[in-house]
Amino acid sequence: MVEVAFFAGAIGALGGAIAVVGLRNPFYSVLALIIHLTALAGLFLLLYAQFVTAAQVVIYAGGVMVLYVFVAAYVGGVEEPAWEPIPGQRILAPLLAGALFIEISIAVLGSSLSGLGSEGPELPLGFGTPADIGQILLERFLIVFEAASILLLLAAVGAVVLAGRKPGDGETTGAVSAAGVMGFTPDRGETAPAESGEAG
Amino acid sequence: MAVEWYLVLSALLFAVGAGGVLVRRSLLVILLCLEIMLNAGNLALVAFSRMHGNADGQIFAIVVMVVAACEVVVGLGLIVAIFRRKLPLNVDDLRGLKG
Repeated sequence: MVEVAFFAGAIGALGGAIAVVGLRNPFYSVLALIIHLTALAGLFLLLYAQFVTAAQVVIYAGGVMVLYVFVAAYVGGVEEPAWEPIPGQRILAPLLAGALFIEISIAVLGSSLSGLGSEGPELPLGFGTPADIGQILLERFLIVFEAASILLLLAAVGAVVLAGRKPGDGETTGAVSAAGVMGFTPDRGETAPAESGEAG
Repeated sequence: MAVEWYLVLSALLFAVGAGGVLVRRSLLVILLCLEIMLNAGNLALVAFSRMHGNADGQIFAIVVMVVAACEVVVGLGLIVAIFRRKLPLNVDDLRGLKG
């Protein structure tokens, strides 16, 4: 029974990941990632990580993916040209990914970790439940918890600053410029005239 | 189920994500492939947590999820800012650092 659940989750996770890479339309890629994340949540449940499963479904498959769906619908498709700036990139990249897989597998399976017993020890009742995780998070990892909250706040403020800024009057339109994206150019729209008006 | 199965699956997912980052040119799909790689790391962390019978690994997985959420928010903010300036969303065209 556990084997059936594992292979169902593994096929879902792997198929979702391959579909994300393979599908041409970014919107379909986002939907495939939702399948991938949900299958992965099932695998977490098989590993007795109940709280992580709930967080995965609620935060990732529920919250973060909604952001992705909105941005994918807003931005639309991106045409990917067939020409290759690096010769042989389409062949070399899968080869490199395969080499990476073999290397990580050798590192994981060839280590002496298997001496611990591959099935894992008998777990106490309540392992991985929200009560257990909450107790560890707020006692041993309190500083990590607070740092994570500061990080989330900074990310939210940064996203508003990045995306909420009005683009200037065509100063970078059509030009390929990352500095213009970051808003480093001094004349960027209405803010500068408004400030000078107040000063005058 | 032996923990090795989970670790091999995690390695496979990480390799798929890395290959996607290398192959695809769309900024949005590259962010999606980064998510796959972070989740592969999460799977390995939770599998190690099960293997040792210690819930600390699950805390690590939750912190990785927080960092991934921050990365998504900033990355999507950048994508929206790039799109509003009518720049191409293709990483091969976006390699200039100065206007």
